[in-house]
Amino acid sequence: MIEIKPQEVCEKTGKGFMKNEMSMEFDAISNNESFARVAVAAFVTHLNPTLEELSDIKTAVSEAVTNAIIHGYENVYGYGRHGEVRPVCCKIRDGKVYLRCRIENGVLYIEVEDKGVGMENVDKAMEPMYTSKPELERSGMGFSFMEAFMDELEVESTPLVGTIVRMKKKLKCGDWVKMPEGE
Amino acid sequence: MEDFKVIDDYLCVKLPEEIDHHKSAYISENADRLILAEQVSNVVFDFEDTRFMDSSGIGVIMGRYRKISCFGGKVFAIHADRQIKRILTMSGLTRIIEIME
Repeated sequence: MIEIKPQEVCEKTGKGFMKNEMSMEFDAISNNESFARVAVAAFVTHLNPTLEELSDIKTAVSEAVTNAIIHGYENVYGYGRHGEVRPVCCKIRDGKVYLRCRIENGVLYIEVEDKGVGMENVDKAMEPMYTSKPELERSGMGFSFMEAFMDELEVESTPLVGTIVRMKKKLKCGDWVKMPEGE
Repeated sequence: MEDFKVIDDYLCVKLPEEIDHHKSAYISENADRLILAEQVSNVVFDFEDTRFMDSSGIGVIMGRYRKISCFGGKVFAIHADRQIKRILTMSGLTRIIEIME
């Protein structure tokens, strides 16, 4: 279980470490994939992450949000540049993706939730190279990338109710955040 | 369309700054159309401008590889930066495509 620890206090200064939280919801359309990952990247910038950490976080968020949109809500296609649906015959289903982020003690927690179709078998979905939509040229690497780029990954899914993906990553950020010993 | 160029037997695809699921359909559609129309056997993906790629990009490359490999074609990746190389390696794509500077 990924749990958020109570706020630690710095021994030297007696001050608590910073805590910061944000949450947003947006329509489940592919146009929002870039918005979501850039929003999370912007949210963590004041922790002064390395470029590599930033790319890792962006990739993981992108995978989770893409999954919610194309598997959760089955909105495989998005809007084109001029607002048209591509291909023309497609319908875009209503639905929202919920993205919650929290920084505590230099650890970033991300939660991506959808109220879509859910999954019967989460373990199967998390297998590398497994995809339920091979016709779309999905590589089946989404969960593997999330696992590789973040420290911890947890997936909770109920068919017809929705899916929650929780991720955690410790950032090797600026010196004003004290690193716990032994890490 | 200047992102897709046919030079001899090679289709050069200049990839956008960010490759995600939203952008991937456009790349695959145009590449496939040209592969068919111009009868090219090799595809070169140019990552010069690319700063971000997720698993959708892997899907694009894998899909093109499947299309051309049965006719003996090859897929190349050029100008990939560290992050892109990492993703290509992690997905195992480096075993089927050639990465060049």
